[in-house]
Amino acid sequence: MATDNLELYEVFVRARRGLDHKHVGSLHAQDAEQALEYARDVYTRRSEGVSIWVVRSRDICASQEDDSESFYDPSDDKPYRHATYYQLPEAVNNM
Amino acid sequence: MMTPEQNFMRKIEAEEKIEPKDWMPESYRQNLIRQISQHAHSEVIGMQPEGNWITRAPSLRRKAVLLSKVQDEGGHGLYLYSATETLGVKRADLIAAMQSGEAKYASIFNYPTQTWADIGAIGWLVDGAAIVNQVSLQRTSYGPYSRAMIRICKEESFHQRQGYELMIALAHGSPEQKAMAQDALNRFYWPALMMFGPHDAESAHSAKSMTWKIKRETNDDLRQKFIDQTVPQIEFLGLEHPDKDLKWNAERGHYDSGEIDWAEFYNVINGNGHCNRQRVEHHIRAHEEGAWVRDAMTAYNAKQQAKTAEQRQAA
Repeated sequence: MATDNLELYEVFVRARRGLDHKHVGSLHAQDAEQALEYARDVYTRRSEGVSIWVVRSRDICASQEDDSESFYDPSDDKPYRHATYYQLPEAVNNM
Repeated sequence: MMTPEQNFMRKIEAEEKIEPKDWMPESYRQNLIRQISQHAHSEVIGMQPEGNWITRAPSLRRKAVLLSKVQDEGGHGLYLYSATETLGVKRADLIAAMQSGEAKYASIFNYPTQTWADIGAIGWLVDGAAIVNQVSLQRTSYGPYSRAMIRICKEESFHQRQGYELMIALAHGSPEQKAMAQDALNRFYWPALMMFGPHDAESAHSAKSMTWKIKRETNDDLRQKFIDQTVPQIEFLGLEHPDKDLKWNAERGHYDSGEIDWAEFYNVINGNGHCNRQRVEHHIRAHEEGAWVRDAMTAYNAKQQAKTAEQRQAA
């Protein structure tokens, strides 16, 4: 099977209206239209979704996991961005 | 066979979300554009009254907290502009409408921040009122708006808590600090109640928005929730409640309250608050001063594209 000439697509499925599309996997296809049909056949055989997105894998720009430490470093030392950082007395702690 | 309109109403009634590519009545779309963009403008304009105190925060800790909060508001503006753009409008047009006064933002941000205690009062009361409204909007019928609200609510709790913590420090501090806290409470309490909008009977957009489940609870119901939850918080601070007519109503299970000064409400909405002109002028100035950055990005992108095209031809 020659997938070499086919484009790799990432598949995202919205399980229910109101939810975000979630990445479920990838597949090879000739074009976007075919990718949608394949995705339907492969990833939603049991009514797993109400909407599918396909995106060419090479169009995705991803951050590098190896760089995580420096990439996310600016927020690591800011515990005050979390609600739990603020200790409030029990009487008013429900906010 | 259902008409598109019937199918739309079926989804609304079944508590299904409406998603960007679904058919929707034009007035539903317009109503959403108005409400979500107004919400986005409020987040962005809301950075000004607080930003006013960043350089004057009394400690490095308070400064870092305030900076983080203002940064969050900018981020919330982005979530909401993006949600609005799913309805087929351009962000530039939305911003132009706000700058021309055609689109509104929350009137509360037209009040000045005169003292450091105002920063506490804003986090506690203004964000507190916004949270009551936004928690309700998590169940709004438009998917992208609902998801933006869920994201925002998760981040918002810190805003209210840091404000209240600041108020505790002042209210339990020196007599001067306590007086400052009381003064901030007095000035921000009523405008915070006004954030929920006119009474239900007077509200221009309410009925339709409720039918379409854009809004899930009425202005007066949300306001009541806020009034009730704020009473013990004021008591704990040991401050005086600004509403002298406030009284527990055992029969209703809610507090009865004094009437809002609606003349002030409409006066500020119509452009005559203390800071209306200043807020919009500042936004326009910042927008114009940033034009060169946007121009540079466009020029860089054009250059990059030309380069890529050249390389493709060569290959």
